[in-house]
Amino acid sequence: MLPQKARQNRRVVITGIGPIAPAGLGIDAIWNALLEGRSTVAPCATFDAAGFPCPFVAQLPADRFDVKQVVPKSYRKATKVMARDIELAVGAAYEAVRAAGLITKAHEPADGKTTIPVDRMGCHIGAGLIAAEENELTSALATSRKPDGSFDIAAWGATGMQNLTPLWMLKYLPNMLACHVTICHDCQGPSNTITCGEASALLSVGESMRVIGRGAADACLSGGAESKVNLMAILRQHFAGRLAKASTSDDPTKVVRPFASNAIGGVPGEGGGILVLEAAESAQARGAAALAELAGFGASQSFCPDTIGADPSRDGEGISDAMQAALDDAGMKADQIDAVVPYGCGAPALDAAEASAIRRVFGDRAAKLPLVTIAPVTGSCGAGFGAVAASVAVQCLRTGMLPARINGDDSQGVDAGPVAARKADVKSILVCTPSLGGQNAAIVLRRLA
Amino acid sequence: MSEPRIVVTGIGWVTGLGHSIDSVWKRLLNAESGMEPTTRFDARTFPTSFAAEVKKDFDFRGFVKDPAVHASAGLNSQFALGAASQAWKQSGLDVKPPKDPRRVGLYLGAGEGVLDFDNYVATMLHAWDAAGAKVDGLKWAAEGLKRMDRLREIEQEPNMPLAHLAREFNARGPAYNCLTACAASTQAIGEAFSILRRGDADVMIGGGTHTMIHPLGVTGFNRLTALSERKGDPTEASRPFSVDRGGFVMGEGSGIVILETLEHAMHRGATPLAEVKGYGSSCDAYRITDIQPEGRGAAVAMLEALRQAGIDPHARDAQGRPPIQYISAHGTGTKENDSIETRAVKRVFGDLAKDIPMSSIKSMMGHLIAAAGAVEFITCVLAIRDGMVPPTRNLKNPDPDLDLDYVPNVARKVPVDVCLSNNFGFGGQNDALVVTRFTP
Repeated sequence: MLPQKARQNRRVVITGIGPIAPAGLGIDAIWNALLEGRSTVAPCATFDAAGFPCPFVAQLPADRFDVKQVVPKSYRKATKVMARDIELAVGAAYEAVRAAGLITKAHEPADGKTTIPVDRMGCHIGAGLIAAEENELTSALATSRKPDGSFDIAAWGATGMQNLTPLWMLKYLPNMLACHVTICHDCQGPSNTITCGEASALLSVGESMRVIGRGAADACLSGGAESKVNLMAILRQHFAGRLAKASTSDDPTKVVRPFASNAIGGVPGEGGGILVLEAAESAQARGAAALAELAGFGASQSFCPDTIGADPSRDGEGISDAMQAALDDAGMKADQIDAVVPYGCGAPALDAAEASAIRRVFGDRAAKLPLVTIAPVTGSCGAGFGAVAASVAVQCLRTGMLPARINGDDSQGVDAGPVAARKADVKSILVCTPSLGGQNAAIVLRRLA
Repeated sequence: MSEPRIVVTGIGWVTGLGHSIDSVWKRLLNAESGMEPTTRFDARTFPTSFAAEVKKDFDFRGFVKDPAVHASAGLNSQFALGAASQAWKQSGLDVKPPKDPRRVGLYLGAGEGVLDFDNYVATMLHAWDAAGAKVDGLKWAAEGLKRMDRLREIEQEPNMPLAHLAREFNARGPAYNCLTACAASTQAIGEAFSILRRGDADVMIGGGTHTMIHPLGVTGFNRLTALSERKGDPTEASRPFSVDRGGFVMGEGSGIVILETLEHAMHRGATPLAEVKGYGSSCDAYRITDIQPEGRGAAVAMLEALRQAGIDPHARDAQGRPPIQYISAHGTGTKENDSIETRAVKRVFGDLAKDIPMSSIKSMMGHLIAAAGAVEFITCVLAIRDGMVPPTRNLKNPDPDLDLDYVPNVARKVPVDVCLSNNFGFGGQNDALVVTRFTP
């Protein structure tokens, strides 16, 4: 029994979504791919990934997204110091702000007026462990070599490091996602960067919800972004047991099989999203059309038998704790939930833990409760995933549709088998993301009457 | 119904000055420096070749229940386990653990782990295609899979210290890691405080852990010209508020605190060490490299923390003292930070600013980056406990433009009941905490 909660708890609504995924920037491109069950998993276009056990990736091609097009002209120079993850966040924030109909500093308003006062605008963006761009760093490292070709740290310290641009490190600090976004949109309220792997985006959404709830801001740009499509990230995901082992001759669109008896693992993706969260009273006052209510949030830590969570406990107890906490926070019962967006990355151990959690929370309904599985289409974009999932959940509520599912099956007692897009009366939806390391975050979204 | 009061019931740290609360505190009050030539890698030719490293006599295995479950822990996790075990023990929770682990949460500002530099660089160079000016993916994958160690790579994720602490103390409640550069662990303690106030946990393990004393960390800060490159005695290199300050000196380590609701602490008979009364957070939204020159965001964070604590920054207390009796400064020792922080403090406290002792322990312990806020918060708790304020070391040549009371060179005995702890991060995050003497 939770102790009685003692503070103000302002209602929070979502007034704009800006997901970014390999299908493109904005919900329409991503939603269409999901409705059609059109996977974006493919061989890697930017480097040869065939040497990894998982030779496939899901990446956003340059012709679908150019960060220079989404920053104010005066800020284009700054795009030079943006790692890929930062570009994705900046793009997502631009789209979310546009979708919410907000005027921010990025629009360079002639009268300087922004929709939300700048000191009432917060920003919480989850980030991953950003990998240094290999070509840039290695071209500098290669200047400091001994005659035998090995690295010469003395030469590097003395002169070699001068080959890196002075701002080099700032490309890779996790809080630079929020830094650039807050500068572009002039968000001077509370800002944070949560780095809990795959749980990062929903933990950020939850923190924004609390910040708005306690009155420290009226609106927040909230979500996460990450690219796992680089050498170090692929290697680390592989080491963490998250990636499929596949052959280049396999059909890449069939590799990711969430909850399936023949699941073999996930694929690295890139993307994320920013949501505009707003106090219900603030949205109402400006006449904004809220897309959904952020009704509940819950977070928990799993017990990890291996400490690091690479081999998660199959009972999924920590995951169900987060789900239950989100339901309690929303003041709802499990039977009021009409669909669930799980992480469902296709890695058997983690999927098994998630399926256990869903069965524990939803009991007999678990087998019939529709899951929305995204990873076969988008791949797994780490810290950004929860924001893609939350955006898709909002779209389910708005359209009364559930997207298609591919590659999964119902062998784990959850509704994950292949199905076409269909109409569904979705009033409430739960989104959950468990992370490597054992952090879990869940949110409940509710359709507005 | 009023909001629950939040108290500190345990503190612990692992730093370049030692790894027990009292030994480090004693050295801080003696104005000792932890800076020595860098040993974690061969830094002899680097512009900066000294740091305040955690000394080799620190072994986390002496702190934890079962070292085997932490066998792969990286340095950040090792430091955090050492610090958190001290705090947990002091709180008494080791003897009588909380009944429901789901009511025990974690909020850390832990940094990214240390790169496996030698194997990383060797892999990069092996795969380097000089003619094409690019890394060959096929060669890289083959070499990387061969060279790099599975656990060592996973342990670099910034949420791994959380995973280790959760395992050690069986914490199953809300768990977060934030990484807002040098503000991270102040923000972590502030958000942990907010989670407790909302009733979402009874106990929170808060703080931070970080080392950036590795080749690319030092490279990154050297390229930004943020580090002191002073020649000569390393113990004189960190010179906050001094006219000849030239950048910060890296430290490493961890500070961890146990926060809990007063109700929970009282129910189990714990002794509160201090009370957290206010937390303010803001963002400069100014430039990626520079702090907003007027210290606008820094002042906003301080003002919000004071407001929550019910403190009027312009009013003296009943004993005629300034409303805050000690400020733990961010005080990095860079030209920019120390000037702007001084400006921001004056902006907040007006005429009273000059009466408030404000020192930087970074002059002795170095800059623990993400963990800086946590060890500085602990300093505030100790200042209240002992009525002693640590000095700013190496302040022999005051900057004529900086005219606050920086407690130069010598610790001061002064009754302290209310402290403010400030941290500001690269990237614009500003965080401030108000911590006070606990009075029932």
